[in-house]
Amino acid sequence: MFLTISTTGTSGRPATDLGFLLHKHPDKAQQFSTSHGTAHVFYPEAGEERCTAALLLEVDPVALIRRGKGKGRGGAPDSALAQYVNDRPYAASSLLAVAIGSVFSSAVKGQCTARPELTGERRPLRIEVPALPARGGAELVERLFAPMGWAVTAEPVALDERFPEWGDSRYVSLVLEGESTLRDALRQLYVLLPVLDDAKHYWVAPDEVEKLLRFGEGWLEGHPEQRLITNRYLARRWGLTRDALERLALARLAEADDTEAEQLDNAVDEQADTEDKPVPLAVQRREAILGALRAAKAARVLDLGCGQGQLVGELLKDQRFTEIVGLDVSMRALKEASRRLRLDRMTERQLARLQLLQGSLAYTDRRLTGYEAAVLSEVIEHVDPPRLPALEYAVFGAARPATVVVTTPNVEYNVRWETLPAGRVRHADHRFEWTREEFRAWARTVGERHGYDTEFMPVGPDDPEVGPPTQMAVFCKRDRNEPPKSEPPKHETPKEVKAA
Amino acid sequence: MTTNATTLAVPDLCLVVLVGATGSGKSTFAARHFKPTETISSDFCRGLVSDDENDQSASKEAFEVLHYIVGKRLEAGRLTVVDATNVQPEARKQLVHIAREHDVLPVAVVLDVPEDVCAERNASRPDRAALSRRVIQRHQRELRRSLRHLEREGFRKVHHLRGVAQVESAEIVRERRFNDLRHLTGPFDIVGDIHGCRSELESLLTRLGYALQRDEAGRPVDAAHPEGRTAVFVGDLVDRGPDSPGVLRLVMGMVAAGHALCVPGNHENKLGRYLKGRQVNVAHGLAETVEQLEREDAAFHEKTREFIDSLVSHYVLDGGALVVCHAGLPEKYHGRTSGRVRSHALYGDSTGETDEFGLPVRYPWAEDYRGRAAVVYGHTPTPVATWLNNTICLDTGAVFGGKLTALRWPERELVDVAAEQVWYEPAKPLVSEAPGGAEGRPLDLSDVTGRRVVETRHLGNVAVKEENAAAALEVMSRFASDPRQLVYLPPTMSPCATSKEDGYLEHPKEAFAAYRAEGVARVICEEKHMGSRVVALVCRDGEVARERFGVPDGVPGALYTRTGRPFFDDAGLTRGVLHRLGLGIEGTGLWEQLDTDWLLLDAELMPWSLKAAGLLRHQYASVGAAARTVFPGALAALESAAARGVEVSALLDRQRERATDAAAFTEAYGRYCWPAGDRGEDGLDGIRLAPFQLLAAEGRNLALLPHDEQLAMVDRMVGEEGGRLLAPTRRLVVDTGDEASVAEGIRWWLELTAAGGEGMVVKPLGAHVRGEGGKLVQPGVKCRGREYLRIIYGPEYTRPENLAKLRIRHLGHKRSLALREYALGLEALDRLAAGEPLWRVHEAVFGVLALESEPVDPRL
Repeated sequence: MFLTISTTGTSGRPATDLGFLLHKHPDKAQQFSTSHGTAHVFYPEAGEERCTAALLLEVDPVALIRRGKGKGRGGAPDSALAQYVNDRPYAASSLLAVAIGSVFSSAVKGQCTARPELTGERRPLRIEVPALPARGGAELVERLFAPMGWAVTAEPVALDERFPEWGDSRYVSLVLEGESTLRDALRQLYVLLPVLDDAKHYWVAPDEVEKLLRFGEGWLEGHPEQRLITNRYLARRWGLTRDALERLALARLAEADDTEAEQLDNAVDEQADTEDKPVPLAVQRREAILGALRAAKAARVLDLGCGQGQLVGELLKDQRFTEIVGLDVSMRALKEASRRLRLDRMTERQLARLQLLQGSLAYTDRRLTGYEAAVLSEVIEHVDPPRLPALEYAVFGAARPATVVVTTPNVEYNVRWETLPAGRVRHADHRFEWTREEFRAWARTVGERHGYDTEFMPVGPDDPEVGPPTQMAVFCKRDRNEPPKSEPPKHETPKEVKAA
Repeated sequence: MTTNATTLAVPDLCLVVLVGATGSGKSTFAARHFKPTETISSDFCRGLVSDDENDQSASKEAFEVLHYIVGKRLEAGRLTVVDATNVQPEARKQLVHIAREHDVLPVAVVLDVPEDVCAERNASRPDRAALSRRVIQRHQRELRRSLRHLEREGFRKVHHLRGVAQVESAEIVRERRFNDLRHLTGPFDIVGDIHGCRSELESLLTRLGYALQRDEAGRPVDAAHPEGRTAVFVGDLVDRGPDSPGVLRLVMGMVAAGHALCVPGNHENKLGRYLKGRQVNVAHGLAETVEQLEREDAAFHEKTREFIDSLVSHYVLDGGALVVCHAGLPEKYHGRTSGRVRSHALYGDSTGETDEFGLPVRYPWAEDYRGRAAVVYGHTPTPVATWLNNTICLDTGAVFGGKLTALRWPERELVDVAAEQVWYEPAKPLVSEAPGGAEGRPLDLSDVTGRRVVETRHLGNVAVKEENAAAALEVMSRFASDPRQLVYLPPTMSPCATSKEDGYLEHPKEAFAAYRAEGVARVICEEKHMGSRVVALVCRDGEVARERFGVPDGVPGALYTRTGRPFFDDAGLTRGVLHRLGLGIEGTGLWEQLDTDWLLLDAELMPWSLKAAGLLRHQYASVGAAARTVFPGALAALESAAARGVEVSALLDRQRERATDAAAFTEAYGRYCWPAGDRGEDGLDGIRLAPFQLLAAEGRNLALLPHDEQLAMVDRMVGEEGGRLLAPTRRLVVDTGDEASVAEGIRWWLELTAAGGEGMVVKPLGAHVRGEGGKLVQPGVKCRGREYLRIIYGPEYTRPENLAKLRIRHLGHKRSLALREYALGLEALDRLAAGEPLWRVHEAVFGVLALESEPVDPRL
């Protein structure tokens, strides 16, 4: 919420010209009302040799929240506690950028009615932003500002000196020194402060693309980080999706647990591509699954844990699949799936083949009985091992489709991923990753218990040493007349009532 | 049978189909004998779909509506009358079908009045005056043709009223269904499958306290209980065993004397057919019975035949709380009458498959059972009688050398006697689990999803919204512990009313005043520990944990968070904490004192930083770091400007205050952070656990105990454990009506919070308290300290202008939520204590989680 802009000068070219350029008199303290609080402009020093203008934005934290759209319950647009205790009043966030744009609007436009000749001049400038939120750290700050010729000093700020083990915060103390027109410097701050902040709870005006083009003129076109800047600047608008109801509910549950919302709300990957790298593996996996379903002559199929509907989309393309059910526990994933599959544009006939359902494999579900095949593609590894037996029973014991296709990562292959540090799983939410032996042992046990024969297939390049990246099991229900050795699942019966 | 009497008997649940030409007086008849809501007329339905009751072109749609309504009423178990001509067989066929679909009896009442009368009545009605005489004639012809076929069409009773006089003098008498014995409240002793084991039956009845009566030959012919208890036999009295006639003689005697009730088993059914001379396959033990019966006289045969004939497939007893039948019965069949109800009651449901022994594979109907009534049955031999979803199978294979078992109702105690020998070799080994398998199977989605209404003992019905259930489903499925261990989730708690004291948003004065106003004289102030909530399920050992709660790997219990997630990722730490808790409980003798092998506790685990590290770093410490970094420069700049004579003094003062507030904020959260915890069982260094409430033990909901008693037990635990892990909870009892006591409570709170405490919770001392007017009072309110609240409302909340705004906070929803969650939590504990099925406990627990996702101001 605070930054200073200094310049130096001589008697012929006094530093106090800064006052003309900013359109703010150096001997006055002025205040401006902005949408998030009051902005103050004053000059700690104003001499011929040195002149410093300070912009201080007094964010009204209570108003910041109460401005939220909701009435009554919760009140705020995102009624998570993060809204109430946040760094906006202190950090040089996107709110400060907005203030720059409005308080120094003529300077940003490069207008100076009193001294128009000053606007094009490059001057020695020193800009200090003591608390700059910088996702990407000091190193990124350097990469963003240096290409415009700034000498960048970005000092990391410790989170809390009493707890050195917590490490650095996401703030840096920034000093930029160099020669630039004031207009360009302000425009760069206007764009780059929010880019570095990269906050999720930020509102974006509809003309943001146009603004970016305008303010980036002259420096963004050739900027080596142009893509990152553009992505982050514009990507913030997707932060708005946090307001979706299903996300709020999860955020509240996270809060009840003193947990960050992202820890629970991770069913939809924020990154555009949810697939493993390299992407072709996902394609190969879907091909393998489709192959297994076709071989089983299944027409009515369940995609259990359908996520954002990639496999459902493939199934829809093949008319032999006459009834397709995509089931997921995440409402957000289902919403995303219906968006991707363009459910709203499907004809009645197309829609008749497809159902997207919220459901959970931790429970038996009558809606899932009577299908010919079920797919569990990259699902089991997202279930805590103690809860796998429930899933087994729900699928193999209760739903009992004739064919079940299960895919899961082969952990042995992880050594072949160059980017994956040793010992790490492929996705943060993987509760386990199995070796080929572990997977097969599990599959055979499940098959025996519920009367299915099992067959295993590699997906992706079958490495002679570590096997394929993805492993697949196809379970075939044994003939009805050859009943399963139906031991009940291996759990103990809790006593409901003590026998007398 | 066709009756001509003017007294018409109809079962109290049936479908009454009126049959008669237009103008025969059906509507008048219906109005005279039935409630308006019981009668659905085709004219009314025509009106519904076409705005014209006489619009014959709307008949198809009108009957669809009629059938739909009739179906819904029958489903709900309500007698229903169809007022339509019903003179065509096709129309009646559909109604008979609907009745069968809902397992109720169809009854026909024929209004057979002369054509002239019909014509006259129609003529007097303006809307029907134009009706052609030929329509009436056609109806009459169709009626005549129909009369002979009505019974064959499936009507169980046909009442034929001939002429106007008979129609007008007819009286309807509603008869209780045979299976409806709700007025009998027992107590009962329900006896499992006997299969001719007469001697074991004598022993069992004697053990149950019955006095046997014998005839001259010394054969038992009756047994009566001195306290007037009633025996109920679940059927399969006969076959396979050594003395089926002896069993029949005793049971028939008891039934005749009113000392017992009996429902038929499949074996009685077959014997009945044999005795009637029908062709039956003399197998599965019938041969033995036939041979034994040969020694009995014809009179006994006849008596047996009559007895079996008289048996009703199932009984609904004890106000509807108990259903007894031979092979089990899903809820929708309770009290119903149809072929398939009888068939299910006698034979159960089968999947259509046969097993390796050639026997039909039985469908595990009890797994799906969610009914309120307990279903007690037999039929499937199992080694031990076990409750499953409020059903229990009492066939413990007496004839195969197992036991003969009885259930005392309503005590729910099992009493058994061992078989004297193996009387008959089983075709296959007894299954090792109760029918329907182990409860290790998952719960059903329909137990939790959609809009639900959970019935609670303490607050009536609590509704759970669909969208909240959806959010809870995701967390429950993806993150929570196994539902078998997740037997409780703690409710949210409301703060006290907003204070008007200078500088305070919350102040204990408000809490004391509120309780006083509700008539609660004594409250307990408990220190509020600032850490992370943890529910601890502590078992005596790993074996108990596995047996009772399905905990794997010998871990003696479970620790989970407010949303049911396992508290630690590390099993070692879990074991370590459970071990220390176990030491405390063991040393105190609480296992014995509470007669339990497990204990459920509510507690707070400190430091806060242990679990909330991510939140602290990304949110709280970040704010502190930004503030700490920005103010020195900003203040220096303002001071320089001021020195130059620029008027910034007000701004400077304000920024100085803000800097101070920000420092206080950093100070506030820092108090709850310290390095603690490592991996493994010995990694407990620095961790503190403060149990503050006992929740439940085997058979008991402890949350209803007064708080001082509970905390006294907790104190002893802490003492026994040596205070290495466990921390006590400081408290003070305040008399809300005594000013000095209230002042002392306030002083206590001020001291507590001045020393850095989070604050306190004020609870009615009696824990579960109803105020004046019987309304449940808040189980507790929190009064958080002035400094602590900076973490919640932001560093600068104490500034007067901010406080003024923040004082406008709406507590109503939070308070209602707190009460509803409290009631659901108690309900879960009550159900757990009562040994109710897992789905019932889970329903309430899931409800708490769902309500936690309701939108409410998170700062409250």
